[in-house]
Amino acid sequence: MDRKVVIPGDLLSEEAKRSGEGTFVKDGKVYSLLYGLANFKDKINVIPLAGKYVPSSGDSVIGIVKDVTFSNWIIDVNSPYDGLLHVSEYPRRVESDEMSKILRIGASIMTRVKDVDSTMKVELTLNDRKLGVLKTGRVIEISHTRVPRLIGKGGSMISMLKRELNCNIFVGQNGRIWINGSADDMDLALKTILLIEKEAHTSGLTDRVIDYLKQEKRARS
Amino acid sequence: MGENDANITFFKDGLRLDDRRADELRPLKIEVGVLARADGSCYIEMGGNKVIAAVYGPREVHPRHLQEVTRAIVRYRYNMASFSVEERKRPGPDRRSYELSKVSREALEPVILTSYFPRSVIDVFVEVLQADAGTRTAGINAASVALADAGIPMKNMISSCAAGKVDGQLVLDPMKEEDNYGEADMPIAMTPDGQITLLQMDGHMTPEELKTALAMAMGGCRQVYEVQRKALIDKYNQMEPEIITDQEQPQEAEVL
Repeated sequence: MDRKVVIPGDLLSEEAKRSGEGTFVKDGKVYSLLYGLANFKDKINVIPLAGKYVPSSGDSVIGIVKDVTFSNWIIDVNSPYDGLLHVSEYPRRVESDEMSKILRIGASIMTRVKDVDSTMKVELTLNDRKLGVLKTGRVIEISHTRVPRLIGKGGSMISMLKRELNCNIFVGQNGRIWINGSADDMDLALKTILLIEKEAHTSGLTDRVIDYLKQEKRARS
Repeated sequence: MGENDANITFFKDGLRLDDRRADELRPLKIEVGVLARADGSCYIEMGGNKVIAAVYGPREVHPRHLQEVTRAIVRYRYNMASFSVEERKRPGPDRRSYELSKVSREALEPVILTSYFPRSVIDVFVEVLQADAGTRTAGINAASVALADAGIPMKNMISSCAAGKVDGQLVLDPMKEEDNYGEADMPIAMTPDGQITLLQMDGHMTPEELKTALAMAMGGCRQVYEVQRKALIDKYNQMEPEIITDQEQPQEAEVL
């Protein structure tokens, strides 16, 4: 795979139809919009190396309750835009006065973006069996730009981590990660994930992480 | 802008006070990602100028009434440290810094895709630590790199540079003496493909001189662009050696 660090305004291709994410077309040529890694496949995509998470419909994210209003929980989703979780999106009926009992400020939830409108009003939902309130485990934060790398091609990296670390791991699209397991396993998981974040732009990462885990486990036993 | 009040000899054997040719930039150094707290940052040295730029955002707008429904707003704060000049500068915003903040913001805004982040703000802070003529150009260069470092989508980079007139001769990137006692100073900012986003001038120049000076300054901007580009690309290439050592570690462990 052909990859290269590019900066905004770099010419990527003469063929307008190869324009992918993070690029724009001017006068029939493709240019980079971002400072990041360009992936030259059929389409050219530029993956940013930094930047804020912008919610989009269907994303699974981890949110933290910021405020409780009359019929909404205001959820911080690690983005410039706050999420709104309406009481009707909670799996069971909740009265207005018991809202702060069920989800108090500071609580972490695994949620999904239901809809985002053009003014960036972000509606969230908990109406799914996979979603819910996080009561155990830890939540850590990495840059959302590293999330694809942490999941790996077809989930290769994340399934390897779950297997090797004996942890339950959920990666939110917003860069928040929930880990649940024994304290030692979670410590190692945290170190591993931070390593992946730091070296996300390099190739052959999965193999190197496997080696790293072997080494750490040997050191522990 | 006196007519050489100080009676300085600006040229000696065709070279300037600091042994530069008329069309030569001062030494330029750019570092990316110098601040951990900021989303994007940059430190720049353009001759005697030392400037640091920090970018925050896109983030929520406070105060709320400034918010735009369809796009992100850009706020740019140019500030000179009180110790940045010989005679202590009274701290805080003044007429000059308001103006520079405005023109610098307008120099950068055209390339930023503000429509990607409605109802948010992109904050750019530029702090001049040491001034030596041309701080606004140094600030714009640093801000442009810091914006890229923050992962903000931009159509292009912005590079900035000044041209001036001293003792009847046009010079690129005037230094303090040339700026203080010269006849004209003209800072510009542009994209590498030549679209000008800032053009100011004080002093006097004939229309012909202005054309030549503009061409000179544009040439300077292109040189600045190459340094900006190299600084950004190197930030990630520098990390490569680390990776090699990490790969070797497991092998050593097996020997043990």
